[in-house]
Amino acid sequence: MHDDQLIINCPSAFQLYLLSRPHSCYILINLIAFYFLVAFTKKRIGVVELKVEIANKTSPNSNAVQVKSTILANAKKSIKRHWQLYLLIIPPVLYFIIFKYIPMLNSIIAFKDYSVVKGIWGSEWVGFKHFEMFFNNPQFWVLIKNTFYLSLYALAVGFPIPIILALCLNEIRNGVFKKTVQMVTYAPYFISTVIIVSMLTLMFSPRLGIVNQLFSLLNLESIDFLGMPSMFRDIYVWSDVWQHAGYSAIIYLAALSGVDPSQYEAARVDGATRLQKIIYIDIPSIMPVATIILILSVGNIMALGFEKVFLLQNPLNLSTSEVISTYVYKIGLLNANFSFATAVGLFNSVINLILLVVVNAASKKISKNGLW
Amino acid sequence: MQRRRKFPKMVCGNKGDKIMFGRKNKIKESVADRIFLTGVYLFLSILLVAVLYPLIYIVSASISSPQAVSSGKVWLWPVDLSFKGYEVLFSNVQILTGYMNSLFYTLFGTLISVTLTVLIAYPLSRRTFFGRNFLMFFIVFTMLFYGGLIPTYLVVQSLGMVDTRWALLIPNAIAVWQVIIARTFFQTSIPDELVEASEMDGCSDIRFLWSVVLPLAKPIIAVLVLMYAVGQWNAYFDALIYLKNPDLHPLQLVLRNIIILNTGTGGIEASEMMERQQLADLMKYSLIVAASLPVMLIYPFVQRHFVKGMMIGSVKG
Repeated sequence: MHDDQLIINCPSAFQLYLLSRPHSCYILINLIAFYFLVAFTKKRIGVVELKVEIANKTSPNSNAVQVKSTILANAKKSIKRHWQLYLLIIPPVLYFIIFKYIPMLNSIIAFKDYSVVKGIWGSEWVGFKHFEMFFNNPQFWVLIKNTFYLSLYALAVGFPIPIILALCLNEIRNGVFKKTVQMVTYAPYFISTVIIVSMLTLMFSPRLGIVNQLFSLLNLESIDFLGMPSMFRDIYVWSDVWQHAGYSAIIYLAALSGVDPSQYEAARVDGATRLQKIIYIDIPSIMPVATIILILSVGNIMALGFEKVFLLQNPLNLSTSEVISTYVYKIGLLNANFSFATAVGLFNSVINLILLVVVNAASKKISKNGLW
Repeated sequence: MQRRRKFPKMVCGNKGDKIMFGRKNKIKESVADRIFLTGVYLFLSILLVAVLYPLIYIVSASISSPQAVSSGKVWLWPVDLSFKGYEVLFSNVQILTGYMNSLFYTLFGTLISVTLTVLIAYPLSRRTFFGRNFLMFFIVFTMLFYGGLIPTYLVVQSLGMVDTRWALLIPNAIAVWQVIIARTFFQTSIPDELVEASEMDGCSDIRFLWSVVLPLAKPIIAVLVLMYAVGQWNAYFDALIYLKNPDLHPLQLVLRNIIILNTGTGGIEASEMMERQQLADLMKYSLIVAASLPVMLIYPFVQRHFVKGMMIGSVKG
């Protein structure tokens, strides 16, 4: 029952959430896709297995052959009938092979010493050399720590605020005010990362920035916010909240709009206060969605996006702002150390996968809500 | 759409019982509620101001005079209205090139992306299409395992796309998520009977897609166009990696160079420099406004469409 409910409620809310992060946040999308993938494969494989099982039970050999031959016949029939559709998918499939699958194969250069002359397949195998180099690197723990802290901070702030915003908006029936708030809080989402960081640069600049102008009015010393390692995380996280809170709230608002009005009426008859209605009706009804988003975010802790961190970085705040993805970029593309950078990236992906699996298992045990 | 949900029992206790019957208590309750509601309004108002203020400030600064901005006179509304920032902006060749490039990438990138997405999403939505489960897996799998920055770069390099316009149009043309949405839409809003009927009449699959599906799929096409266009206009990462030639840079990258890296202000005579510096500072505000203008102009329409399109696309997960 509970799992059913998840499947019914989540996709719509999920789609909203995903759409809220189109190109820039690949990582979250990755994980949500993971959820879908698992859902799909589970269903399909389950069905196939069942069929095979039934087939095996009646008479193991002949029926298995029959199943195989009917599949082939089906394929033939479908291809004959829909040859035009198969024609249509050629360009997109080529796209996926060239730009997604070939890079996956190419990532074996993590275990090789890539040289431009010898090419990917001609380069020498070196086993785990690059991984060992990374683990023994003094940068290693700094990178892990920076990535971990920044994500955790972003999660601790960025997770509850959209929920609170949605709950508050849901309390208000007044059309104009509600619409205005929604309209305005969504708006920053459409602003590009470059512009967000540009605005931060201008507003927090030590010489002209409006924040420091305010400080000088109050006779405080001016601060170079963007150059301070201790401020980097605050700036990153709170500007992210500023940009995304409104849009992330949509998913919860969608879940709240699905609440049966008779629940509220019953609560009113029973004399519940607004706060009680929130605690006993609203919060339980957004729990499934919230759990999934939390799982995904926790599973994503080591997969921090590149774009914004890189833009906010400068030589002064590098001690807190260097994260794994920016390190890969610098080592790989700027220093042209392809194999090493690929190894670091691969290590990061593996950690992510493990984290996601562990968090999901834990959540299933505790709340019975999980991705799969 | 029916939703099943588990609700906990309402817990109201003795207090609730009293409220039901006692008039006095009811008034008391509503006072508490009113205070609570006031708090909600207050919170939302603060939030509104916090989100709105930076936006207004940037716009105001961009149409103030250079001196007013440099001396910190601008707080909320423009001071000494002037459009000097924009004048400088539109006489800067680098920025104009960036603007044109961004328009180019957005236009053609969106065209390519939407076409490819429809080409793969439609066959995936057909129930009689053999291998669609495998194909779906094939696509979704690419989200699971990202080949990595360097391996992808090597592929793009070997195709000779580095430092050409193709690098921004092709390597990230399809977003898997958009494929899933489009497929869901086709699946739920194009009835099987329609396909059967047209097959009976001898309509080919391609013709059916062109003259039946596409006209019916306008809402989802609009969503795809908007999503891809906004994404393409706002992107800078691919350009950063693949493009070295500044003539090809999109606006976002130009913006980064001018504002965040603070390049492009050379050392000149001290007196002249002061004025130039002020103007350069002002121009940054104007640049921000000019760069987000296209997206912000369509935003009110986009927003409604986004939500609507999403609802359509998400009827059946």
